[in-house]
Amino acid sequence: MSALTNAAAEILAQVPAEATADEAKAIAGASGAGMAYGLAAIGPGIGIGYLVGQAVQAMARQPESAGQVQTTMFLGIAFTEALALIGFVVFILLKFV
Amino acid sequence: MLSVLSNPALLLAAEGEGGGVEFPPINLIVKWPAAFGDGQWYAFNKIALISMIGMLVPVILFWLAGRKASLVPKGIQNVMETSIDFVEDQIVLPAIGPDGMRYLPMLVSMFFFIWIGNLFEVIPTSHMPANARMANPLLLALTAWVMFIGVGLKHHKLGYLKEALFPPGVPKALYLLVTPIEFLSTFLIRPFSLAVRLFANMLAGHILLVTFSVLTITLMVLGPLVIVGGLSFAMLVAFTGFEFMVAFLQAFIFSLLTAVYIGGALHPAH
Repeated sequence: MSALTNAAAEILAQVPAEATADEAKAIAGASGAGMAYGLAAIGPGIGIGYLVGQAVQAMARQPESAGQVQTTMFLGIAFTEALALIGFVVFILLKFV
Repeated sequence: MLSVLSNPALLLAAEGEGGGVEFPPINLIVKWPAAFGDGQWYAFNKIALISMIGMLVPVILFWLAGRKASLVPKGIQNVMETSIDFVEDQIVLPAIGPDGMRYLPMLVSMFFFIWIGNLFEVIPTSHMPANARMANPLLLALTAWVMFIGVGLKHHKLGYLKEALFPPGVPKALYLLVTPIEFLSTFLIRPFSLAVRLFANMLAGHILLVTFSVLTITLMVLGPLVIVGGLSFAMLVAFTGFEFMVAFLQAFIFSLLTAVYIGGALHPAH
C-alpha cells in the first residue's frame, strides 16, 4: 500500500510549483483515475475468468444442460462485472468531473 | 440532423495544434445540443430522438406482424414470433417459471427498447448509444424496481417485506447484521447496479470507439505512420463488431436480471 502512496506522491511532486489549483487537481485526478480503474479491474478479471472456466467445464461434462449453464453464467458475469464498471464510473468522475 | 451532429470535423478540430493526439473532452462526445426547446422540460436532442425510435420501431414491427396474423407464420410475423420465443425461452421460463408469462409483454418491450437504443452506438451517422446517458438506464432501473417490489407486495402483502428483510432459517441474533445488509442489497443496490451496469457498459464502448476513431484519423493525417493507422483502423472495425455484440448482451442481461428480481419477489422461498 505504501508503494502506491509513494507513487502517487512522486507524481504529485512533479507538478510545477507555478501550476494553478485547477491544473494540480487535474493531474492528481488523472493519476488517481488510472490507479482506481486498474485496481478495480483486477478482482472482476480473476472472477470472470474463474466463472467462465467453470461454466465451460460444466458444459463439457454435461452438454445437455448447456443452455441452463449459459443463462446462469451470464447472470454471474453481470454481477461480477458490476464491480469493474463501478471502478470505470469512478475513473470517469475523477478524470472528467 | 444526425449527420451534422456526428461530424468528424468536430473531432479533427478538437486535436491539438502540434499534430499530437488530443482526445475530445467528454462533453463533446456525450452531450448533444437540443434541436428545439433548449433548457425547457421538452428539450429534444439526439438522445430523445433515439429513444423515440427505440419506442416506435418495435410498435410498428409488432403491428405489421400482427396485422395479418396467420396460424402458419411467414415473413415478418415469423421474425417477431422468433423474438418473442427467445425472450420466453431464455428469460421468462428460466428466471420466473411458467407463472411468469404475464410479465412477458413488459420484458419484451424492455428488451427491444434497450437493444435498439444500444444499437445506435454502431449505426453509421448516429454513433451514440441512447443508454450512455444516465437518464435512460435510471428510468428503466426504476421501472424494474417498482415492478418487482409491486409484484412482491401484490402476491404476498406485507409478508414480502418480512421475507426480504428477515430471511427464514437465520439465528435470531444475526438479524442485527443480516437485516441492514438485505435492505441495502435488495432495495438500494439492486436498482443502482442495474442502472450503472447498462450505463457504464455503453459509455465505455462509446469512449472506446471514439478513442480508436480519433487515433485512426490522427495517424492517417500524420502520414508516415500509415501502417500503424491501418492497425488502428482494424482495431476500430473489430471493436465495432464487439460493441454490436455488447449491445445485444446488455439488453439481454438487463431483461434477465429484471426477470430474476420479479421471480424472486414472486417465489421468495428460494
